[in-house]
Amino acid sequence: MRAMTYRGPYKLRVEEKDRPRIEHPNDAIVRVQLAAICGSDLHLYHGMMPDTRIGHTFGHEFIGVVDEVGPSVERLQAGDRVMVPFNIFCGSCWFCARGLYSNCHNVNPNATAVGGIYGYSHTTGGYDGGQAEYVRVPFADVGPTKIPEWMHDEDAVLLTDAAATGYFGAQLGEIAEGDTVVVLGAGPVGLIAAQSAWLMGAGRVIVVDHLAERLEKARSMCHAETLDYDEHDDIVVELKRQTDFLGADVVIEAVGAEADGSCLQHVAGAKLKLQGGSPVALNWAIDGVRKGGTVAVVGAYGPIPSAVKFGDALNKGLTLRMNQTPVKRQWPRMFEHVRNGHLTPRELVTHRFPLEHISEAYHVFSAKLDGCIKPLILPSS
Amino acid sequence: MTDLPTAYVADRARMRETPEQLRARIPGWGVDLDPADRPSHPKLQYAPESTGAHWRFPERQPGSEDRERSIEHAFVTPVFGTAQPLHGASGAIRRLAYERFSEARLAHWMLLIAGDRVDAWGSHLRSLASLRPDNPVTQTGVRAELGADGVSRTGRSDRRHQALDPVLVAGPWVAAAGVAVLGARRLLRR
Repeated sequence: MRAMTYRGPYKLRVEEKDRPRIEHPNDAIVRVQLAAICGSDLHLYHGMMPDTRIGHTFGHEFIGVVDEVGPSVERLQAGDRVMVPFNIFCGSCWFCARGLYSNCHNVNPNATAVGGIYGYSHTTGGYDGGQAEYVRVPFADVGPTKIPEWMHDEDAVLLTDAAATGYFGAQLGEIAEGDTVVVLGAGPVGLIAAQSAWLMGAGRVIVVDHLAERLEKARSMCHAETLDYDEHDDIVVELKRQTDFLGADVVIEAVGAEADGSCLQHVAGAKLKLQGGSPVALNWAIDGVRKGGTVAVVGAYGPIPSAVKFGDALNKGLTLRMNQTPVKRQWPRMFEHVRNGHLTPRELVTHRFPLEHISEAYHVFSAKLDGCIKPLILPSS
Repeated sequence: MTDLPTAYVADRARMRETPEQLRARIPGWGVDLDPADRPSHPKLQYAPESTGAHWRFPERQPGSEDRERSIEHAFVTPVFGTAQPLHGASGAIRRLAYERFSEARLAHWMLLIAGDRVDAWGSHLRSLASLRPDNPVTQTGVRAELGADGVSRTGRSDRRHQALDPVLVAGPWVAAAGVAVLGARRLLRR
């Protein structure tokens, strides 16, 4: 089969690989119909995630058709069209039993601090991902869901991570009616977080980024106010001004480990790997939220330490909430929101690349060329 | 003193728009208003019967005997990825990271990063002896720069460090080529 393979930082190519096989009785093999590149894939692409091995196939956002099932699979059969959460989870460990599907303890021997994720290095279990023609899907009775007839494929693929993560981020913010919510980052996750904040009763939603097309999307798709941090000497001061010097009630950090905004931090963390990333957005969140407020973190960070302003968080009495998204827990309600038009994930899609052009897709997405917000990958084109 | 900023007085900040105005302007405003009726509430929601699992503990996947694992785990998990098993020098470095240091130790992660770089360098060298050597032009996707708004685009996200990126990406290749040239010269002199 054809599959994207990692060749080192900033380098990848499409190779011929063996089709995955059933390795556990509850496995399924899915033929991928549509995949996406996630912003967090860029951390792998840039060589920031420890134990990313040469030959690894990325991709944790995908939908497809069940091609084969293991002998213990009861809920799926060959031919079913499924959407697969980015989490690999068993459904039966201490954590899964309590709804923490992203923290499953039975799928990732390489680390206890993170669960299993498709195509996201060996630090998350060593599973090849879905930017390929076929993918192995463990625990087929637990993770995948049949795609509803009415659902658009592009909505379905975005619900496997980006959209679910945005919605989850807004929930982590514990938004109360009338709250001022600031969303840092107008990427796919941030934009859905902004839409979701309204559903939870926000009184104001302010989205911060520095890319004009993304801020325009925040205004048109999310009805949000926007701030371009490049236009302000100090975005934290501007956030204080915008909130009558109180600070935001809730800040949702939807950027993660490769934030721009500080050249020094970016080069030291994202480029020279002198720290676990560039926590600029997280520090802006801590300083921009009001005392006693809540910072919700859904931007992705790796396991290496970063220079986070924890003292400010302590002294301000903040609530910091975060996790990888337990995707399937979000789906029933999100399906309603998508069907009713309250959440519109497929509006995020700007680019569609054949699998054979995936090197260009990563470069365009990484450098944000051509107004790219969300690129999809078409394995069979 | 009615114009004091909100933070300095006890009054609750007033909403700029009423809920009715927001409902009229924003699709779905307030449909998830009740925090107790949101999918992620409460954080711990004990419902093992709802996951689809029909086992108390999953059947163990074969092949775990030599599989590396975090020493914070009691055993190799019953299901695990089998992509890219450990091999060669990078495999030895990674195995040391897993067997010697817990996830709490920075050495664990630094060794894994070192293993990644050794893996990449070794792979590049091996590719040069193969029918499909690594090609930094096609593999970095830089051909996309030839599109409508490539190098000259002012809004691109990497403009702050654009000048440094080629050095970081191409630097190791140039350095390796330099070492190869110097080595070849020395050999020729002999």
